[in-house]
Amino acid sequence: MFGMEFYVDPSRCIGCQSCLKACEECDTHRGVSMINFDFIDRKESIATAAYVCWHCDDPTCAQVCPADAIKKYEDGIVGSSLKPRCIACSNCVLACPFGIPKIVPQYEQMMKCDMCYDRTSVGKRPMCATVCPSQALAYVKPEVIAARREKPVNTFWFGNQKITTKVYMMAPAEAQEIAIDVADYTWEKNS
Amino acid sequence: MRWFRKPSNVPLWREEFPVFTADERYVSRRQLTKFLTLTSFGMFAGNLWIFAKSVLYRTPVYPRTIVASIGEITVGGVKIISYQAANDPCLMVRTGEDSYVAYSQKCTHLSCAVYYEREANRIKCPCHQGYFSIADGSVLQGPPPRPLPRVVLERDKGQLVAIRMEGAGS
Repeated sequence: MFGMEFYVDPSRCIGCQSCLKACEECDTHRGVSMINFDFIDRKESIATAAYVCWHCDDPTCAQVCPADAIKKYEDGIVGSSLKPRCIACSNCVLACPFGIPKIVPQYEQMMKCDMCYDRTSVGKRPMCATVCPSQALAYVKPEVIAARREKPVNTFWFGNQKITTKVYMMAPAEAQEIAIDVADYTWEKNS
Repeated sequence: MRWFRKPSNVPLWREEFPVFTADERYVSRRQLTKFLTLTSFGMFAGNLWIFAKSVLYRTPVYPRTIVASIGEITVGGVKIISYQAANDPCLMVRTGEDSYVAYSQKCTHLSCAVYYEREANRIKCPCHQGYFSIADGSVLQGPPPRPLPRVVLERDKGQLVAIRMEGAGS
């Protein structure tokens, strides 16, 4: 939208959680942060990762929604669930390969990042990208991000499921796509 | 909807509830105009049909059928006669020494068979408690919207002859 794209670079995240606070201040979902914030391996490392919804080209969450509550808009944004339709069934939570949708129990509704649709649709940057001090969450023009050492990638493999997204992940320069062996990452694994 | 659909691999439910807002179909102004035009044309054609029916209406020709002989039933007695159609029986009642009436047995409400209630001297439909007058078949009580069609009888040399139906509609 307006020539700008969203780029996520977890290697730049310093764990300040400014994005969470900025997201909470948004008028459309006041008090509830939609940033997915992770401590990668808290026992061994201080590394953190903050990321937003990837806005898949063919959103799995919307495909599995039985209530027709999740829509992909014409400018590529996958919206949060529509309040009159969402039945809080958690299908999207289970289906999303990125683990983005979250059920908010007090509202009995799934809420997820809609890339600050109220802001980005009028040319402003999303709240999180405006506050991120290290630009781990960046909403810039492609020529700006091209100056970085990493390369933006928006093709993901989860096992045999190929997903292309609107939001880019900053990957090593030689990477073409990001493949994740789902079984290998399952936390129940005994190794 | 299913009948007017182009062959497609996408299931109908997905087409009606698409993920992408761009695929959503709304009724356009042109579609609404088409619908209105076609509907009003249909109503116009229907009116023409009704008009043509009333212009081309012909009085039906009734046969003369001997239905009973005089004295065959006692006063207050009933005979089921068939006039015109064998499956559409009529109810003939001898109401007095010298008077006979006959009505279609099909109730004008929901076509139940009516019968003559001798004690109350009226015709009753048992389905929904509809009552008809024995004198002229008019509705006395209950849901029937119209009087019973009447068979006009004539006396002819000791025989009762049905000559026509009255109030049977077109």
